[in-house]
Amino acid sequence: MLTINNLHAAVENQEILKGLNLEVKAGEVHAIMGPNGSGKSTLGNVLAGRESYDVTAGEVLLDGKDLLELSPEDRAREGVFLAFQYPVEIPGVSNINFLKTALSEIREYKGLPPLEAKEFLKMVKEKQQLVEFDAKLANRSLNEGFSGGEKKRNEIFQLAMLEPKLAILDETDSGLDIDALRIVARGVNQLRSKDNAFIVITHYQRLLEYIVPDFVHVLYKGRIVRSGTKELALELEEKGYDWIKETVDAENAV
Amino acid sequence: MITQVSEPLYKQLIRAYDEEVAVHAANSLGELRKLAFERFKQVGFPTVKSEDWKYTNVQPLVNQTYSLSASEQPVVDLDLAGATVPDLDAYRIILVDGAYDEALSSSAVTDALTVLPIEKATEDLAFAKHFAEYADKTDNPFVPLNTALFKSGVFVSLKKDAVLDKPVHIIHVSASEAPLFAQTRNLFVVGRYAEMEVVESLITKDGAAHNLNNHVSEIVVQEGGKLQHYYLQTAGAASNYLNHTEIYQEKHSLYNHYNCTFPGASFVRNNINVRLDDSEVESHLYGITLTAGDQFVDNHTIVDHLKPHCESYEWYKNITQDTSTAVFNGKIFVREDAQKTNAFQQNNNMLIGERSAVYTKPQLEIFADDVKCSHGCTIGQFDQEALFYLRARGISEAQARVLLVHAFAFDVTSRFANETVRRYVEHLVEEGL
Repeated sequence: MLTINNLHAAVENQEILKGLNLEVKAGEVHAIMGPNGSGKSTLGNVLAGRESYDVTAGEVLLDGKDLLELSPEDRAREGVFLAFQYPVEIPGVSNINFLKTALSEIREYKGLPPLEAKEFLKMVKEKQQLVEFDAKLANRSLNEGFSGGEKKRNEIFQLAMLEPKLAILDETDSGLDIDALRIVARGVNQLRSKDNAFIVITHYQRLLEYIVPDFVHVLYKGRIVRSGTKELALELEEKGYDWIKETVDAENAV
Repeated sequence: MITQVSEPLYKQLIRAYDEEVAVHAANSLGELRKLAFERFKQVGFPTVKSEDWKYTNVQPLVNQTYSLSASEQPVVDLDLAGATVPDLDAYRIILVDGAYDEALSSSAVTDALTVLPIEKATEDLAFAKHFAEYADKTDNPFVPLNTALFKSGVFVSLKKDAVLDKPVHIIHVSASEAPLFAQTRNLFVVGRYAEMEVVESLITKDGAAHNLNNHVSEIVVQEGGKLQHYYLQTAGAASNYLNHTEIYQEKHSLYNHYNCTFPGASFVRNNINVRLDDSEVESHLYGITLTAGDQFVDNHTIVDHLKPHCESYEWYKNITQDTSTAVFNGKIFVREDAQKTNAFQQNNNMLIGERSAVYTKPQLEIFADDVKCSHGCTIGQFDQEALFYLRARGISEAQARVLLVHAFAFDVTSRFANETVRRYVEHLVEEGL
């Protein structure tokens, strides 16, 4: 589904990603872990198309289509979804109206007719229940006055509504207490299917107890330095990131 | 008479007044007009040296030659589509180049409502009582000029206890094929415990020549009366406006002004003054200004709390695009007698055009000691984070901008009492982006 080859990206002329390779197939969940500043969030933002990030080399293909050529909205329409680490509050834009606009633009892009109001509302209700998102929040202004946990749950609710091919969860666990974390994880697990894929970016192994990944990758200094299965996450948890730093730096020194 | 190739407006007006002085002498307004003209002559047109006109240079506009009266020929193929508010059922009043057009206007179908060309209203008791009683007490030089030389306009009066079944929609059309300086004078009197809605639209006929319009409206809301006043500035680039609205409110009355300006008219200066001259008066001034191109729009408001226990609420939003300029000046007076006043003012600005400008000045003068007054002012740009967030969900950049501007305007548009007008204004915002 997603192929990343030799991706280099910079912010304000500082290179953050330095030759990243990753292959994600439909139905898989990949976890990206790594110490602070290793480039985890940069990867999510580059994939979603944030303009302050410059891609200096490499390619990203989504089902064979060059993702880097596309605007952020077209990437979303092609099926890329970034669950933000810090969801934005937009007073005056209702959650529902926002979703309706997003969904109809995505459908139009795919050549589908707009959803009937009734179908849309039915879908809203179903997905709200699926991801345990409070109906009262759905009718409020987008994220306005939401708690940290509510914002993250709203991201998962949007994910459920927009049904992307590839979802990137950018530190969705940060700032969540254990109950909120369980709800978010349960939502994600409900949405997993053989047709979609997830990239879960996280600093801690904790989230991966609830969203069990097929593969775990460790990002360090802008490159994936270790890949493995979920046991790698446990090993990391036990030994700490210093273990990675030391071994990788030692390898590079040779 | 010698026609000069070019003559500044001031000289033209002096000459016009002298020529018409004989006509005025025979008129019941003669003395009033004479005094008003004397006052205008003393001060003349304002310059940017005057604090109230600091950002608003009228000199380029008044240093031109205009025709002072519209052509006698009736205007043909008048297209009112630009002023049509979809689904708005209203009594229609059409003014072409300032003159009330009886043929195009709907005849008033209710006894409670009087609608007359203002020049024919001089015998009306309400006219005699209120005309030139309020606006002429301010120091805006365009008011005495208007009083001295206005030709036409509309007089609207609603009898006491009457609740008007549908809004009065006044459409001002600028249509002259020769450059025109038009002076329109309006008087609205809402009787005791009467209620009405007024929607004013301003449009420019395609192909109209450069025109400068000096509008003065006096509005009286008597005890317990309620007036919802929508002002929709949708004219074209050929049109320029000096617009003075003076509101006088009596006890227990409510006045809501919704002042909406959209891309089009090159120059707009609105003076909106509310005098809360009795206790338990409530006034709301809402403004939404969306500018584009080289447009200049200036809103100067005064909320004058003269008596105790009154409430005023003012919220203006400016959105400037391209190289346009918006000015907001909000004066609030709380006079010594006006204890227990509750006054609120907020002005928010969103500069979209990198070379657009906003000048904003809240100005509170409080002489009473037991009052609640709050004000705030913000200036910002498009929130890039919000824009990216919306786009990352598949919403196009253009649509994301529309959503964000709607959101910005929401504090004001959500206050519209009339749903139909609100929808129309939201549509105009979308179109203007």
